[in-house]
Amino acid sequence: MDLRGGVKVRLEILRRVNAQSEPYLQVIEYTPKSKNDTVAFALSEINKGGYRDESGAEVSRIMWEHSCLQKKCGACAMVINGTPGLACGARLSEINKNGVIRIEPLRKFPVTADLMVDRQVMLDNLLKLEAWLQTQVKINERQAELAYDASRCLQCGCCLEVCPNFYAGGEFYGMAAGVPAARLIAELAPDDGKALKRGYDKHIFEGCGKSLSCKSICPAGIETDRMLARSNAAAVWKRIFGRCQKQR
Amino acid sequence: MRKVIIIGAGLSGLACAVTLAKAGRECLLISKQVSERAQSVLAEGGINAALDVMGENDDAALHFEDTMKGGCYLANEEAVRGLTENAPGIVRWLMGLGVPFNMENGRIVQRAFGGQKKRRTAFAKSSTGKMIMSALIDEARKYEAAGLITRKPNREFIRLITNGSECRGVLTADTRSGQCFEEHGVSVMCTGGMNGIFPGVTTGTTANSGDAAAMLYLQGVRFSNLEMIQYHPTTIAIAGKRCLVTEAARGEGGRLFINKGGQRYYFMEDRHPELGNLSPRDVVAREMFFVRRESEGEGVYLDMTGIDESVWLRRLPDLREEIKEQTGTDAKSEPIPVKEGIHYFMGGIDVDTRHRTSMKDLYAAGECTSIYHGANRLGGNSMLGAIYGGRTAAEDIIASYGVQDGQEEKESVHSLSEEYAAEADTGLIYRIRDILLSGLGIVRNESEIKKSIAELSLLKGERQYNLRERARIELADALLECALIRRESRGAHYREDYPKRDDERFGSMTYAQYENGRAIYGFKGRSEGEA
Ligand SMILES: Cc1cc2nc3c(=O)[nH]c(=O)nc-3n(C[C@H](O)[C@H](O)[C@H](O)COP(=O)(O)OP(=O)(O)OC[C@H]3O[C@@H](n4cnc5c(N)ncnc54)[C@H](O)[C@@H]3O)c2cc1C
Ligand code: SF4
Ligand code: SF4
Ligand code: FES
Repeated sequence: MDLRGGVKVRLEILRRVNAQSEPYLQVIEYTPKSKNDTVAFALSEINKGGYRDESGAEVSRIMWEHSCLQKKCGACAMVINGTPGLACGARLSEINKNGVIRIEPLRKFPVTADLMVDRQVMLDNLLKLEAWLQTQVKINERQAELAYDASRCLQCGCCLEVCPNFYAGGEFYGMAAGVPAARLIAELAPDDGKALKRGYDKHIFEGCGKSLSCKSICPAGIETDRMLARSNAAAVWKRIFGRCQKQR
Repeated sequence: MRKVIIIGAGLSGLACAVTLAKAGRECLLISKQVSERAQSVLAEGGINAALDVMGENDDAALHFEDTMKGGCYLANEEAVRGLTENAPGIVRWLMGLGVPFNMENGRIVQRAFGGQKKRRTAFAKSSTGKMIMSALIDEARKYEAAGLITRKPNREFIRLITNGSECRGVLTADTRSGQCFEEHGVSVMCTGGMNGIFPGVTTGTTANSGDAAAMLYLQGVRFSNLEMIQYHPTTIAIAGKRCLVTEAARGEGGRLFINKGGQRYYFMEDRHPELGNLSPRDVVAREMFFVRRESEGEGVYLDMTGIDESVWLRRLPDLREEIKEQTGTDAKSEPIPVKEGIHYFMGGIDVDTRHRTSMKDLYAAGECTSIYHGANRLGGNSMLGAIYGGRTAAEDIIASYGVQDGQEEKESVHSLSEEYAAEADTGLIYRIRDILLSGLGIVRNESEIKKSIAELSLLKGERQYNLRERARIELADALLECALIRRESRGAHYREDYPKRDDERFGSMTYAQYENGRAIYGFKGRSEGEA
């Protein structure tokens, strides 16, 4: 359906006042200003005030996290029509199904209010993984290329949302940890990062079923399979990266 | 003192935290959102440093000259000297942290950027800010594990805790529970540019709401250079904001034109032959405004079709994808329509060369401050300024305060009072924005600025405002008043009624300070009322 500015959509938003309260579904009719309107834009417009829901009740401010509005900060990840993605990248005209768009918070993290979730576990896992460089490095062009791709991770959490093996607090950290770790592993000085490499094997490589649901969902387009090599086996690492390099 | 309190976790906040931690000092790194969401991740084009790797005999003195000249000699000379001399060391440090800068034959390469005569901008394709942030975040994590940096994301700055003209600490609130916290200690503001004063029309993030700047202003912290707002020449409208097309697009060969008499008129090349499309941003933006006005109705285009496939691939891949995604046009095969958009605030919290503010025990760094960029910031100098500023503030704190100095750290928890919890009304925010936009466009004049001031003053009397609203109105007023008293044209501030630069009367930055319910405006280095 081609949807230009002017054609109404029905936004079904799963809301809740705070972490303790019961969720409820609020339905709001929204008329896009242009065919480029995104879910993020619609939420901002509604939050300017003056909207009523299906039952006629005034819509209170919808809590959602945002910052860049251009798919570069990962703040606005949520579940849109059943699929996790960035609200600022989801054009109403492209995603609406029979005029209906359902918007829910990510499900693998505790909801703090409406569409906002607490993604602290992602930071905690990176800390546990010892994801840092102990010493200054001198990298070559090849390492730079790998590091570039891995450094693009937005920490949005979409990959964790679809991963069959990840749950918050579990031993498996998922790609949101695996990708940043891959940057470091690509750059490590020879005798640096022993703990990181061990942690990578234990908390990422070994727990991963290689189903690659994460790859197709990643809004940054990161080829997560390239990040999935057993870090302490330099040969495997090189082979996998090497092959993917050529494909690009 | 114990813990230093840093508000803001973008480049400046992270640089400050890491510098403190490296010296064994503890800090709290408080921010509204985690670092990954900070505006710094949006920076595309690169960071400047006279590394002299391009065989062009570049050096720090030339970088200094370009920066001072680009800023029309308003910037703090001594500070710019420090900035440019330390730039190569900063970029090398970043390389050591593993930032994947573009390299050729094993060596870092640099690109051309506006207002600079040498290729001096180090870059990582077109996502330089993201790459630097990722490396700094990992570096900060190392010190977090060592207990030196304590990260507190999801905390909003509410106000300073003061004692007369001294800063004692900050009051912050959890963005989810509303619980608030009093932290006592030396504080560093790293809250970024005041985009939120102009919602929807800047290239920046919604997180930088401007509330922090407004509250500091209302609390008597001195601001300077507020009239200097940078309009970036090449932005495109997307849902809810303006999206930047990095200056690197012109650095790599992009050309601006307008259709005139059925032909493409490459106005920058014609009117500014020396630097052409890479003239300083204020010059390009103004010229775009003028050519559009001359040829009623026509829009300006950026022509990147001449850029080599290999350059697109190796140096601008993200940009091409982004433009395609946002506009549906492949910039490799078709010119794209562009327009000026608000991009950077040269003005902000007034700081000295050591990044001290007018308030004792309060520091500031990054885009929320005013010191290095004068009347116009050169592309690639603000990431540099943010990192150098954060580092300089930290170094001064290390040198000036002992580990046991100051008062005990105190964290008292209670919930935010209604006075501070009340947000500014959205309708009001947009009204203030529109008043400001009509007075503070690319081309300004006395009557428009005065009209805006009058509208703002009417608005002031309309109703009772909550604290955040009052702060916002007062800061908006200061922006206009500073633009009014600068009765000359310089850099980003172009006055049609005073088109010439007047060094004798206006050779220094404006300042604005709010004290005892009254705002004072003037020029730095001159006594009040001399304006
Ligand atoms: C699209 C774009 C491209 C750019 N490209 C370049 C470039 O190529 N080269 C260059 O040199 N510069 C560039 N810049 C400018 C540069 O990125 C910024 O000036 C710089 O990164 C600012 O860093 P900062 O640390 O001052 O602030 P920011 O990165 O903006 O961080 C501000 C921090 O403060 C926090 N914060 C804000 N308000 C509050 C509050 N009330 N309470 C608590 N926390 C708060 C935020 O959460 C955030 O953590 C670009 C800017 C944009 C928008
Ligand atoms: S490949 Fe599958 S199991 Fe592994 S991280 Fe991705 S989604 Fe999870
Ligand atoms: S890997 Fe992709 S989906 Fe996962 S957190 Fe990073 S950017 Fe998001
Ligand atoms: S707001 Fe930054 S990714 Fe959507």
